[in-house]
Amino acid sequence: MSTQRDIIYRHAGTVRLTHWINALVLLVLLMSGLQIFNAHPALYFGAKSDFDDPVLSMQAVQEGDKIVGTTTVFGRTFDTTGVLGAGSAERGSEDRGFPWWATLPGHRDLAMGRRWHFFFAWLFVINGLAYLFYSFISGHLRRDLTPTRSELKHVPASIAEHARLKFPKGDEAKRYNVLQKLSYLVVVLVLLPLMLLTGLGMSPGMDAGYPLLLDIFGGRQSARTIHFLAASGIVIFVAVHIFMVLISGVFNNLRSMITGRYVIEPTETKP
Amino acid sequence: MSGKIDRRGFLKRGLAITSAALLGGCEGLSDQPWVKRVLDSAENLTRFSQRTLVSSSALAREYAEDEISPKFRANGSTNPDDSAYQAHVANGFADWTLTLGGLVEQPLALSLADLRKMPSRTQVTRHDCVEGWSCIGKWKGVPLKALLEEARLKPEARYIVFYCADDLGETGTEAGKYYESIGMIDAVHPQTILAYEMNGETLPVAHGAPLRLRVERQLGYKMAKYVMAIEAVAGLADLRGGRGGFWEDRGYEWYAGI
Repeated sequence: MSTQRDIIYRHAGTVRLTHWINALVLLVLLMSGLQIFNAHPALYFGAKSDFDDPVLSMQAVQEGDKIVGTTTVFGRTFDTTGVLGAGSAERGSEDRGFPWWATLPGHRDLAMGRRWHFFFAWLFVINGLAYLFYSFISGHLRRDLTPTRSELKHVPASIAEHARLKFPKGDEAKRYNVLQKLSYLVVVLVLLPLMLLTGLGMSPGMDAGYPLLLDIFGGRQSARTIHFLAASGIVIFVAVHIFMVLISGVFNNLRSMITGRYVIEPTETKP
Repeated sequence: MSGKIDRRGFLKRGLAITSAALLGGCEGLSDQPWVKRVLDSAENLTRFSQRTLVSSSALAREYAEDEISPKFRANGSTNPDDSAYQAHVANGFADWTLTLGGLVEQPLALSLADLRKMPSRTQVTRHDCVEGWSCIGKWKGVPLKALLEEARLKPEARYIVFYCADDLGETGTEAGKYYESIGMIDAVHPQTILAYEMNGETLPVAHGAPLRLRVERQLGYKMAKYVMAIEAVAGLADLRGGRGGFWEDRGYEWYAGI
C-alpha cells in the first residue's frame, strides 16, 4: 500500500504519440465525414437507397417565410432547426444536414471534404496499425487493457464507483480500472476497425475485389449506416473520455499522456 | 511548484492554439494550393492500393432482377438544353452517329443500329453516387472492348475519353460540356459497356440517351451520359481543365473507386 506521493511512468512513447495523432486524425475525419454526409443527408439499410423510406434523414422545409430543419428517424420527425436539417441563420440556413461549424470545409464542398477524408483515412490506418502492432508486440494489450476474471466480477461495483465520481488512489490508480479497460478495448478493437471496414464497404472498387465486405454488413447502404453509427459511438466515447479526464485530475492525466509521468496520490492514511 | 505552473500555462496555451487552429485553420487551409496538393497525394495511394489489392478482372457484384430500384435517381443533366441534341431526341436518334477516333488505326462512325447489331452484355448492377446513395439498374450495351478492338488502338493510347452532349457547366461553350476519361484497365473490363438500354427499355433521356458509359467499379460521375464521341489519347493534361473529366476539373478525384 503506497502511502506517499509517487510518480510513475504510465504511458509509453508509442502510446502517447499514436494517441495524439489519432485524436487529431479522428477530428478531421469526423468533420470531413459530416461534410460528405451532407451531400445526401439520409441513411438506409440494404444494398440500395429506398428514397421513400430512409432510416434517418434530415431536410430543410420551407414553412411560410422561414426555413425549418427537420430530422426523421424511423418515420418519426423532429424539429431540429438551427442544428440539423437547416443550419444557422448566420449563413442563410444553407446547410441541409449538419451545421457549418461541424463540417470541413465549413461551406458546402463535397470534393474538398472527400480529399480531407481520404488523406486522413490513410493517416488513421497507418497510425492505427502502428499502435496495434506495438500493443501486441509489447504486451500493452494483454498487460494493460485485458481485464482479469476478478476485474470482470468487479464491473457492477466499478459502475457504482464511477456514478459517484470516486476514483481509485494508491496502487489501484496505477492500472486502468475495469470500465476503462473494456471501453478502450471496444474502441481500439471494435469501433475503429469497424470504421475502416465499413468505409471500404462503401468503395465500389473494393466491393468488386472483396464482395464479402457487402455480405458482412448487409449491403453498401447498410455499410454507410453502420459507418455513421460507429462514428457516433466514437463521438460518445470521446465525450465521456474527455469528461473523465477533466474530473479525475485533468493536469495529471494530460501530463501523463504528454510526458508519460503520472502522479499517484497516496491512499487515505490515519494521522 | 513554479515548474508546475509553467507546465499548466504551457498546456493551456497549447490547447488554445490547437483549438483555434482546428476551428479556424482548416477552413483557410482548404483554399491553399499546397494543401490541396498534399491531400491529393492520397488519391494516388488509394488508386495504387486498390489496383494492387483488386484483380483487374474482378467483377462488380451483379444483382437479381427483383432488386432493381423502382425509382432510379437521375443526377447531373437530365435533359440537355442543346438544339442539336434535342433534334436527335425528336427523331429517335435515327441519324445520330457515335464517332471513335484519336490514337486508333481505324476511326469509327457508328449509328445506334450499328451498335445494337454488335455483341452485347446485360448486367444488373449497383450505381453508387459520390453523394452517398445507391440505386440498382439493369443495363444492356456494347462492351467498350469490342469497339476498341474494331478501331485497333495505337500502342501509345493510354486513356479513353468520352465527350458528351450536355452543357452541365452552363457556359454555352465546349468548355462547359461534360466529359470523362478512364484508363485501359477499366476500358477493357468486361463490365465496361456503352449502354443503350436501361431496365429492358430504350435508355431514357434522363439517364443519358442514346448512349451512357457504365464503369461498374467506380462512382456514378465516371459513367458519362449522352456520349457523342470517344477518343483514345496518350495523356489528359491538354484536355479542357487537364484533370480528365468535368467533375475532376472541379476538384473531384479522377480515380473514383472509393
